[in-house]
Formats: sequence, C-alpha cells, structure tokens
Amino acid sequence: MDARDENPAISEPPADRAGIRFGALGWTGLAVVVVLAALPLFLANFTIFQLTMMLIYAIAILGLNLLTGINGQFSLGHGAFYAIGAYTAAILMENFGLAYGWTLPAAGLICFVSGFLFGLPALRLEGIYLALATFGLAVAMPQFLKLSVLEPWTGGVQGIVITKPDAPFGLPLSQDQWLYYFTLVVALLLYWFAANLVASRSGRALMAIRDNPLAARAMGVNNALYKSLAFGISAAFTGIAGALGAIVVQFVAPDSFTFALSVALFVGLVVGGVGWLPGALVGGAFIVFIPNVAELFNKALAGAVYGVILILLIYLMPTGAGGLVRKVADFVGRRMKPRPDR
Amino acid sequence: MKRRFNSRLVVWGALMAATALAATAASADETTGITDKTIKIGNIMPYSGPASAYSQIGKTDAAYMKMVNDNGGVCGRQIDFISYDDGYSPPKAVEQARKLVESDQVALIFNSLGTPSNSAIQKYMNAKKTPQLFVATGASKFGDPKHFPWTMGWQPDYVSEGKIYARYLLKNIPEAKIGVLYQNDDYGKDYLNGLKAGLGDKASSMIVAEQPYETSDPTVDSQMVNLKGSGATVFFNVATPKFAAQAIKKAAELGWKPTQLLNSVSNSVGAVLKPAGLDASKGVVSALYLKDSQDPQWKDDEGMKKWNAFMDKYYPDGDKNSSFTIYGYAVSQTLEKVLKASCGDFTHSGIMKSAASMKDVELDLTPPGIRVNTSATDFYPLQDMQLIKFDGKRWEAFGDVVSGADTQ
Repeated sequence: MDARDENPAISEPPADRAGIRFGALGWTGLAVVVVLAALPLFLANFTIFQLTMMLIYAIAILGLNLLTGINGQFSLGHGAFYAIGAYTAAILMENFGLAYGWTLPAAGLICFVSGFLFGLPALRLEGIYLALATFGLAVAMPQFLKLSVLEPWTGGVQGIVITKPDAPFGLPLSQDQWLYYFTLVVALLLYWFAANLVASRSGRALMAIRDNPLAARAMGVNNALYKSLAFGISAAFTGIAGALGAIVVQFVAPDSFTFALSVALFVGLVVGGVGWLPGALVGGAFIVFIPNVAELFNKALAGAVYGVILILLIYLMPTGAGGLVRKVADFVGRRMKPRPDR
Repeated sequence: MKRRFNSRLVVWGALMAATALAATAASADETTGITDKTIKIGNIMPYSGPASAYSQIGKTDAAYMKMVNDNGGVCGRQIDFISYDDGYSPPKAVEQARKLVESDQVALIFNSLGTPSNSAIQKYMNAKKTPQLFVATGASKFGDPKHFPWTMGWQPDYVSEGKIYARYLLKNIPEAKIGVLYQNDDYGKDYLNGLKAGLGDKASSMIVAEQPYETSDPTVDSQMVNLKGSGATVFFNVATPKFAAQAIKKAAELGWKPTQLLNSVSNSVGAVLKPAGLDASKGVVSALYLKDSQDPQWKDDEGMKKWNAFMDKYYPDGDKNSSFTIYGYAVSQTLEKVLKASCGDFTHSGIMKSAASMKDVELDLTPPGIRVNTSATDFYPLQDMQLIKFDGKRWEAFGDVVSGADTQ
C-alpha cells in the first residue's frame, strides 16, 4: 500500500514529494548539482552565459512557484519585480559604486517590501482578477522606468550599462564561469530556503490557504498576513533573479522588461510544473533555449513554431515536467509492485 | 525511484549534448569568421515582438547579400549572412550577439537594429574587438570612436539633423525667433541639442520657447498655444507622427503662420501631412537622405532602376512602398563597398579601417550630392541631408545639400 492510499482524505500537495521522500530525490538532486557544477569546465563562454541565464530564470520561476504553486495566487506581473531587482542592482552599482554581491540582498529587500505592499490591496482579489491586477503592474513598469523624474537614476530609455565583475581572489575562472558559479550558489541557497519554507509550518499554512481558505482560517491561520508574505517572498526571489540578470547581461533598459517577460516566467512555471519546486530549472531551460530552437526551423515563423511547441508540450504533459516525473514514478511503482506477490 | 533518477539524467544528457554541439573554442583574433572562400557576417533583427515591422530591413539585407554572392562575392569570398531574432529585447540581443561572435564566429555584426539592443551589446562588441558596423538607429551615441572604436552608425543621427535645420535658419532667416516642440526623451533632446549646437552663440537669443510633451499626453494643444504666445516666427516640430500631425493642425486652427520645420522622423505624407491637412501643411520644410520610391522624379533614375530590379529578383515579397526596403538596400550597399575596399587587409581592423576612411562614396539610393564620408575621428557615415518643402501635394527638393557634420 502506498502511503497516499492509507490517507485518502489528505490531498497530497505535489511539493511534499520534494520534502518528504528525501532519499531518492536527494540523490537525484545531488547528481543534478554535480552536473551543474561540472558543466562550465567543458563549455564555451557563450554557452555558460546561456546556462547562467537559465539559472537566473529558474530563480525567478522558483519565486513565482512559491506564490502560484504553493499559495495559489496568480501573477502575470512578476516581470515588474524582476525589473525592480535589475534596476536596484544597476543603480546601486553604477551610481553608488556598491559591489555587485551586496546588490542582491538590497534587491531582495526592496522587492520584498514592494511585493508585500502590492499584496495587501490585492488580497481582495481572487484568481483571474488578481491576474489582471498584476498584469497592470507588468504593463505599467516599462513606462514607469522611462519617467523623466527618475531619469537621473534610471537613465531613461537609454538604460544603464554595467561593468562585468571579474572572478575574485585571483581564481583562474573567466568572467562567465565566475558569474555562473556565483549564480549557482545563490540559486542553491534560495532553493534550500524555498524547500525548507514549504516543508515548514508556514509552508503548510500557505498550502492550506491554497486548498481551502475557509478551513485554513478556521484552523487559526492568518490568511491576510500569509498571503501578503507569500507575495513579498515571491517578489524577493524574482527581484534577486533580476539583479543577477542585470549583472550578467551588463545592461538594463525599460525595453528589457516588457510584458513578454512576465508571460515568459509564467510559461516557464507551467512547463516546469506548478507546485513542483525543481521544475523551475526545466522552466528556466525552456525560456532560454526553446525560442532558439523555434528559430532554427523558420525565422519568419519563429513565433508560430514556439507556439506549436508550447501547445504540444501542454498536451503531452498537461501538468508540466513535475507531473511527468510523478507519472513516470507512479508507473514504475505500479509495475514493480505485483512482483513480491508471486 | 532508480528510473526517476535516470529520466533526469537523460534530460540533462540531452541538454549537455545540445549545448556542447553549439560550443566551440572561441578565440577572437583578427581573422575570425574569414576564410579564403567565405566571410561570415552576423545580424540581429526584431523578427518577433513589438518592433517586428522593422524586420523588412533584415530581409532586405539578406536578399542583398545573396545578390552580392551571385555577382561573385567580395574579394573572392562568398558572404555567409546569419541573422537572428532578438524580439527587440536587450537581454536577448546580448545572447544573440554572443552566439554570433563566440559560437558562429562571425567576422562582424552588421546593421543590428534598435537603440536599446545596440546599447546592450556595444561594450561587449568592443571588448571582443569585433566590428559592430552600421547600426540601425539614429541615436547620436553610436559614433564615438574614442571610447568605442569598433562601433559605427550609418544614418544621419538626430543631433546632425538638428544642426542641419540650424544652418538652414542661420543662412536664410537669421532674424528667426524659434519655438520648439519636442518629445521629452532622448530622441527629442538629441534634436534640441543639435539645433542649439548648430546655432552656437545665437542659440539663447534665437530660441524663444521650448515646449516638451510626454508620449502619454493626449494632445499637444496647450503647448501649441504657448508657442504661438511666445511670438515665435519659426516652429521646429520635433514630434513623432501622431503628435506632429496634431501640432501642424493646431497651428492652422490658431491662425499661427510661422515657418515650419518638421523632423524627418515624421515627414510621411500619408501618416502625418494628410491627417494634419494638406493645405495646413503647405510650406512645411523637412529633410531627407534617401530617395523616396513614391516620388515620380526618380522614375528614370539609374539607382532606382537597379533597386527595382533587385526587388523583383531577390525580394519579390518585399514592399516597394516601404522606406525599409530602400533603407536595407542602401545600408547593405555601403557594407559591400567597405568590404570591397578592404581586400588588401581583409581582417577585423582592416575592415574597420576602410569603414572609417570612406571618402565621398555615392550610393544608388541617396539623392545627388549626398555622400558617405567618414574618418578616424568621424564615425557618422551619413550626415548630409537634402532640404525639402511640401507644395501641398508632395515634397519638393530645394536648395543645396546641407551637412550636419561638425567641421563646417
């Protein structure tokens, strides 16, 4: 008997698998980390840059996943928080001469506050209405960044060019390799934080709100506080990703953060699997690599090919990469079960 | 459980294989992208996204390179033209530029489009010492050989055009009192700065009013009332098409009849002058640097005939009414001439050197008198423009070609 079958009353949140079945998943995770750590040693700088972008988008999607997958709130506006994080890093580095490493906590903090504050009024909104409100945020952001009042800091439409950091302590790494490892460490720390959060009391409260807000309140969960907190933490993750993105790309401009970015993050979330934290990596890979694959087929129809790939993916694995992994595991489990009876 | 582990490994293996294929040892030396038989040229265009209308330029560029190849190539080499989509997104432009330079190993990137995208890759291209030639934007910052010796613009930049109007005024209406309407961003300010630089000491006395507008403003009516009230006798209209049309219309409604200067961004008859009213637009002065395919005066023009033949054979789907196909042909021809001038030293710096030493080069599609000129300190290839006046039906060229270059 599977543990699930014994307790059919408990709806199993997919994220629990990441936390509870530690043994096998832990080894898999370790293998993934080892592969990720080894990759830059064999690849050209340009490919390392792409992989760094993949990790950065994965962090942003991880943040979105905490909000949507774990807490059940929709956001089509996370590109805005990504932009705030990116501009925070750029302005702190170029105008105030802060070292790039310190811009990450700053970006995280600023985005946490903005996310929390945005989450407060948004509490009244559910589902698609919340999606619409966040959509507004994403659409307004590029215009906002062009405001002439802010131009001394944002550089207006011209944006800000950032100097790329070298590897510290005389490490024999190229700039791209160093930034890749830097991003990887940040990503692992944040993943560790997210996984622990989900497995904690607070995480259970967040999931309870998603599954049944009324019941959660009856159990003594402060829905308003937790939902705003979820928004804040999610925004902080995405903001840190934005700051990393700015450092790696070496440039921010309003046109970098259009609504298309928010949609890309949302697509990455769904492709990776809503509620399955490791799926963020798959989502990040999708954002970076699939448009290039689509372009290989036909330049003029790249958008259409991308659309077809997306539709096929959603038909083949409607619950994203997370759902696929679960299905394969269940299939294997069922196959293997009858054997001991013989 | 074991299987799950494997399935992930397969995914990762596939990913690694895919990326490893794209990866080759990248060392940017002087002849990267150049062999005895070929030269690789990269390009970045918004084929998707909000600015995808511009992608006609990229398609025209590609068609032109095909024509060059059919005619024997350059310096005995065939052009391998690789064009990627950045969707007008700066981060994507950085990725595509790195792909072109490090993975495809191109010799240069040509005519990449958009101010934000080119700003994003400028530092990188210069660090890689790979030419970023003839970028498709009018921003003045892409002609800075001191700081960016590997980046060069092409079309007349907004500052140069501002200077051209200033020179026209100083010569013809020296007593002018100028009122300026401008868009409150880098584009508008570039024009305004150009005008001021061109007027020199007289700028403060000649410019009597500056009225900015935001793209979010519904109309520019109040600005126009203020400009009329300032007593200006010359109206310099630095606005994008919608606002430019509003301004011309409002001036007529107010009964204000100054000499009107209209920036070339908005000198489309169909999109600006017709909505503003053809009568109200009579006498408006503007400038251009490429022939207009609609203009009957070029019907039997040699260059225009060549362009028509090119369009019919190499880009039959292309829009002959669009200025983008004219633009693409002209900028590609500039590259062809630069490459053909570099045969003796066919390297990155050799190509850059001939790009920076063009002397009175004439193109098929520039009006007579407008020539391409560059030097080691002048990275603005086109700075001459032909002044034109609207006669109520179409633009008429008048006067000499005016230069926006500094050394006048």
